[in-house]
Amino acid sequence: MQRRVTFDNRLLPYLLLAPQVAVTLVFFIWPAAQAIWQSVHLQDAFGIRSEFVWFENFTHVLGDPNYLDTLKVTIVFSVAVTVLAMGVALLLAVLADSKIKGARAYKTLLIWPYALAPAVAAVLWMFIFNPDIGSFGRALRALGYDWDYRLNGGQALVMVIMAASWKQVSYNFIFFLAGLQAIPRSVIEAASIDGAGPVRRFWTITFPLLSPTTFFLLVVDMVYAFFETFGTIHALTQGGPGKATETLIFRVYQDGVVNNDLGGSSAQSVILMVIVIALTAVQFRFVERKVHYA
Amino acid sequence: MLTRRKLALLTGAAATSALLFAAALPGAALAQQKTVVDFWHGLPQPLGGQLEQIVKDFNDSQQAVQVNASYKGSYPETMQAAIAAFRAGNAPHIVQMFEVGTATMMAAGPAVKPVYQLMQETGASFDANAYIPAVKGYYSSKDGKMMALPFNSSTAIMFYNKDAFQKAGLDPAKPPATWPELVDAAKKLKASGSSCPFTTSWPTWVQLEQLGAIHNTPFASQANGYGGLNAELKIDAPLYVKHVQTLIDMQKDGLFKYGGRDNKPDALFPSGECAMIQGSSSLRSRILKEATFAWGAAPLPYWPEFANNDPKNGIIGGAAFWVMTSPKRTPAEYKAVSQFFTYLAKPEVDAKWHMDTGYVPVTLKGIEIAKAQGYYEKNPGADVPAAQLTRTPTTENSMGLRLGNLPEIRNIIQEELEKAFQGQQDAKQALDASIKRGNTVLRNFERANKG
Repeated sequence: MQRRVTFDNRLLPYLLLAPQVAVTLVFFIWPAAQAIWQSVHLQDAFGIRSEFVWFENFTHVLGDPNYLDTLKVTIVFSVAVTVLAMGVALLLAVLADSKIKGARAYKTLLIWPYALAPAVAAVLWMFIFNPDIGSFGRALRALGYDWDYRLNGGQALVMVIMAASWKQVSYNFIFFLAGLQAIPRSVIEAASIDGAGPVRRFWTITFPLLSPTTFFLLVVDMVYAFFETFGTIHALTQGGPGKATETLIFRVYQDGVVNNDLGGSSAQSVILMVIVIALTAVQFRFVERKVHYA
Repeated sequence: MLTRRKLALLTGAAATSALLFAAALPGAALAQQKTVVDFWHGLPQPLGGQLEQIVKDFNDSQQAVQVNASYKGSYPETMQAAIAAFRAGNAPHIVQMFEVGTATMMAAGPAVKPVYQLMQETGASFDANAYIPAVKGYYSSKDGKMMALPFNSSTAIMFYNKDAFQKAGLDPAKPPATWPELVDAAKKLKASGSSCPFTTSWPTWVQLEQLGAIHNTPFASQANGYGGLNAELKIDAPLYVKHVQTLIDMQKDGLFKYGGRDNKPDALFPSGECAMIQGSSSLRSRILKEATFAWGAAPLPYWPEFANNDPKNGIIGGAAFWVMTSPKRTPAEYKAVSQFFTYLAKPEVDAKWHMDTGYVPVTLKGIEIAKAQGYYEKNPGADVPAAQLTRTPTTENSMGLRLGNLPEIRNIIQEELEKAFQGQQDAKQALDASIKRGNTVLRNFERANKG
């Protein structure tokens, strides 16, 4: 059954929508249009000379082997961050939701990291993992393990993945916890009485009932990994060593802000925009079908 | 809920602030009569504060001009802010630009008012020859005209740990003057237990750009880009290959430690971990504050076979002040800028800045003043940067670099070096890859700026 809200005044609904539309236009559509315009132009840094170059910026970017490497790094990075952040958060949420002593304290502590700015979190990680001044980094070296993320690309990637996921765990944790608490106890108790163990209860009842939350977090975490991890990477590795931790969004910044290549940077933005639109569409089209809204 | 009491309080507060605002108005009107100059800089604390103090001194020294200094983030961020502001028709009067942005600013044409022209038009006296040749050369156009006002300049030198030298049986009064000597010293340091005999900050600037200048070897064609936008990188010359291969080999043998990009490795020296570091001369103040051991400063070493035992002057780093244009700029504002620049160009101001911060003096008279005040006797080694900068007349290869998008090229080289230090490629391959990628950057810059 659907309820329809009807307005007497024909103008009112538009008026009520107007602020949202205005915000969308100014902060989303306008910059996106600018990015598209710039992506087909070749400009000097100051915008004094501008030349229409069709899709040259795109062929340039896509023909660059380094760009394809960056794409690979981004995929590995995003998938790893999403899986890790969601997996750990779900585990912690299930544990915190069970009846244990000091559950409130655990919950509070687990939410804290979210209050940190990504760059601050990254600096904290640096103090832990830096091979020369970091506590853990020094310990690893003292144990004879050759830990140096400034020169070892694999180690650098693992480190930024951990730092980026760690921050997102808190966010996921809040949502999973809320989702878990919304599951009716009676259902779980009924399953217990029928003899289902904790693992079975989790996979047949809790997990399916959590699926709206999981789906929402999947979209949010993917977007987070793609767009909001810039601060972490910038503060920790700046894309290095070599290009081992350079993600697409970091390269957009690097080419646009540091290298003053607005055309190339805009072309990359447009590509990134297309990727994320496609990704979200796929998720809504295919994954959401399996989601069970209570 | 808004109670009546709260409402009364709010009204009261509003009335008071309105009154305060009215009271502030006459003062604001007074300030209006002064010509206001916006000045954006990229120096963090404590240097930023010291720069703002100079601005304040200038503001207090006269009545006509009010310079408003504001910090806009790091050098690249300041550059980006200035570019964005120019595009919006709102550029600041003066912007501090790091030395690698020089070619971009010079190619900016109508966005920039060259300093020589500004001084001429406003009738101010300005002598470009007052500056150290290496400084003047870096900021001069092809025909030798000063495009920006040099201010905070540094150069690359070496710092070494005298205690570690002593322990390794090396003479603390005799730092290595050549690269073979440095390698020997590093071996002895390692044998005495040092985990990091040698490291370098600013890998591209120190190990390639400075290296080329000192050995009078071009970094790029077209006189390092001074001759035109069609310059190409030349860092596959034997000097560079030999040098980079030496670093790679030293790293393998535990004699050299790669400490990261840009100035990240700075921390390794004052902490006592690395016994020798090559980096910016401005590292001095930090070492002074943090090091708990005896240390010394020395010029960068050279390769005897490439330098003919006659190493040239090093090149500068740091930043200069550029004058930007805007559609609504008035002659009075340019006049105000020129007044401020005349003040900054005074040797006393230069010498004070040098002694307060550790940047090199940019004027020849500035060095004289520091000498006359006994600064170098009280601070042994503080004269090394200026001495290295002025030791020979500048050549085509030691004047500086004039390459478009140099920050990008620096990063490319750092990336390729990192791949080499990881053992993925040798020196020749790293330099060839840098040339290939760097030339693409140069061609793009040429194309975007040709008109």
